[in-house]
Amino acid sequence: MFAYYVQLGWRGLRQGPGLTALMVLAIAVGIGASMTTLTVMHLLSGDPLPGRSAHLFYAQVDSDPSPHRADRAPLDMLDYRSAVDLWSAHRAERQALIVNSTVKVRASDAGRSAEMAPMLSTTASFFAMFDVPFRYGGAWQTEDDTDRARVAVISSALNQRLFGGVNSVGRIVRLRDADVRIVGVLAPWRPSPLFYDVRAGRFSQGDTADFYRAPEDVYTPFETGIEINDGNFLPFTCWASQPSPGHLQSAPCVWVGLWVELANDVQVARYRQFLDDYAKQQQSLGRFVYTGTRLQTLMQWLDFNHVVPSDVRLQSWLAFAFLAVCLCNTIGLLLAKFLRRSGEFGLRRALGASRRAVFAQCLVESAAIGLLGGIGGWLLTLAGLWLIRRQPAAYADLAHLDAGMLVFTFVLALLTSLLAGLLPALRASRVAPAMQLKAL
Amino acid sequence: MDIAPILAALKRQKTAAALIAIEIALSCAIICNVLFLITHRLERSHVPSGVAEDELVYIRTAGIGASGEDDPMVRAKEDLGALSSLPGVKSATIVNQIPFGHSSWNTGVKLAPDQQHTSANVGAYYADEHLLDTFGLKLIAGRGFLPDEFLNFEDVLKGKVDPPSAVIITKTMATRLFGNEDAIGKSIYLDDTKPTRVVGIVEHLVRPNFGSDLIDADTSMLLPVRLSLGYGQFVLRTDPANRDALIAAAKKKLKSVSPNRIVLSADKLSDTRSKYFKQDRVMAGLLIAVVVSLLIVTALGIVGLASFWVQRRRRQIGIRRALGATRAQILHYFQTENFLIVTVGIALGMLGAYAISGWLMQQYELPRLPFFYLPIGALALWALGQLAVLAPALRAASVPPATATRTV
Repeated sequence: MFAYYVQLGWRGLRQGPGLTALMVLAIAVGIGASMTTLTVMHLLSGDPLPGRSAHLFYAQVDSDPSPHRADRAPLDMLDYRSAVDLWSAHRAERQALIVNSTVKVRASDAGRSAEMAPMLSTTASFFAMFDVPFRYGGAWQTEDDTDRARVAVISSALNQRLFGGVNSVGRIVRLRDADVRIVGVLAPWRPSPLFYDVRAGRFSQGDTADFYRAPEDVYTPFETGIEINDGNFLPFTCWASQPSPGHLQSAPCVWVGLWVELANDVQVARYRQFLDDYAKQQQSLGRFVYTGTRLQTLMQWLDFNHVVPSDVRLQSWLAFAFLAVCLCNTIGLLLAKFLRRSGEFGLRRALGASRRAVFAQCLVESAAIGLLGGIGGWLLTLAGLWLIRRQPAAYADLAHLDAGMLVFTFVLALLTSLLAGLLPALRASRVAPAMQLKAL
Repeated sequence: MDIAPILAALKRQKTAAALIAIEIALSCAIICNVLFLITHRLERSHVPSGVAEDELVYIRTAGIGASGEDDPMVRAKEDLGALSSLPGVKSATIVNQIPFGHSSWNTGVKLAPDQQHTSANVGAYYADEHLLDTFGLKLIAGRGFLPDEFLNFEDVLKGKVDPPSAVIITKTMATRLFGNEDAIGKSIYLDDTKPTRVVGIVEHLVRPNFGSDLIDADTSMLLPVRLSLGYGQFVLRTDPANRDALIAAAKKKLKSVSPNRIVLSADKLSDTRSKYFKQDRVMAGLLIAVVVSLLIVTALGIVGLASFWVQRRRRQIGIRRALGATRAQILHYFQTENFLIVTVGIALGMLGAYAISGWLMQQYELPRLPFFYLPIGALALWALGQLAVLAPALRAASVPPATATRTV
């Protein structure tokens, strides 16, 4: 039966090819626009560490004593002392301190000129916690954190630039004025967003594309980085002037992040308690004025920072409104197409086809239009993503269609066309056979 | 034109007419708001910077060795001297931030020392004695800084000195803080201790980084603070034609002063501006594409349905023609019918446009859709409807009266 409908549908499509082409075009354009923006949304709002992210938490305490702030909540980062105190207590399964800076990098044994590269100074657990893939070597040892060992992990991009992509483990790289031994080289790694560096999103007025930049090029143990690049650290914010700029360990500034991994609710509750206790203890010592703390999961933290750029969200809404117009358009055209063939449907009904059979035939025809529109939509989506990759945004290079979204393109096209076909098919199946036969 | 028969005919094809009306309503609602978004974006990208954009180049450097080796204030002065002596340089300055430079220094200012919350968040430019001339700022009231008003940045950073005694603010900032009163001589507070007196007002000076609020974009001030190397970037003023050569010469000169240095970026300010607004231009282009596609899709929908109606009513048209209706009357019939449907769609669309605008205001902190976008959207759709229906209506008008005598 279905094969017969397909045959009828095919014949129907070729009757009035102009109208058919119009509908296919409308669906293709609507699907192309929606899928382009939806793919970008999907890439930007996705979970960067599926399965793991629910166990990763960003810890905050309120170390700022100034009373002027309108919103009394912990600042986005920690001061050095709080960060190191919390980390040294080892109350979480795994934990990572992070601090960003820009450092001058040279391969000591090459004639290349130096470059400025983004550096992340962190602790050994960082790599295991965030599933960072290695190409050569691995993370440094836990002792290296405390020993301030002169070791580093570099990105695959930097390895390419400095060493032409060969295994550079054991080679020496010069960070500012210090020689550091490479212990690991990362495989190409492009988390979206660069979640562990996300902060201050709510002050950026929706302009958050920069959260999707590529990861750092150089990774060093926390204290090693602070030692090597002393004087070049920028605070997130300060509540008083810095006695020695760029050297922030004792400054009244926040500039360090702390991520912790907690396996279950009991551990989470315990860690919250630990943070609260720490804040109260610091208050009684006179170092804190306020005792607010915050512990959010990775995805909560991303939401809190509104990571998806507002332009991207706007584009998605626009694309779906556009698809709605295309849907309306297709309903009208299908209605015209089916009612024009009232004679044919009347004849089929008179020859014994049930209403249901006519209805099914019409839906099959709509689905065929949807499928053709889906192919057009897929091609337009590829073109749309190609255009996005040429945009100046930091996430541009991420815009590719994955298998899931490819399937979804056709599902959406079919759904749209079936939805559009529903009302016209119902009308067609209600055609009174006698009336139409008279007119023939 | 008598519309009663048209309405009667429309009643018999409610669904199709309703579909066109809904499509028009959606298009109208979207197009009004998108047109507004486009102008909003373009307006933002035309914000006046207040500086001589076509004559400026900037150079940012880094990596001159560990801090504390020598005095960064002295180093800055040396470099500035070297750059000023380059051929074609009219004036040179070292400043903490540049317009459209993304990285921004902001300070909350208060009007009284004991005020709980700040009165405005202001973009703070640290200016030496050459900045007004180099930037080409237009001083519209008051004076420039006096030599004894300048502080050294390293002292400011370490909290060794009182806040600057003088400040030059933009006209926008003056209006924001003091309304229509004369701002010259008034005091603002950068911290809780000493006042800073407004000594001059410049026409415009845009912040390095701003959102959609253009008042906020022009809220900046100049503080008399000489930058040190490491925190400052060099800005040079020259002839527009000399800019590329000057960038190359300046890079070379700085390298020769200290070979270890890395030039982070160097560019013409006009290019920096153009890059800053690239995303806005891309977005505006995309929005224009959306409007055009919407109009095309809607028009095609109208053509499709109108053709279908004409075909269905061939006999009816033939009878009317046989009974004496002129071609013009048949043409006008379809045109009026389209006008009525589009009008209903536009009426619904305007309500929709306001609903969407309300939602956009909440989500994107946009101002309310100005009223005059509604008639623009309405006119566009009326014109579109008439254009789309013209071909099918002409085909209807050409139906020969003899059709009435045939059975089909």
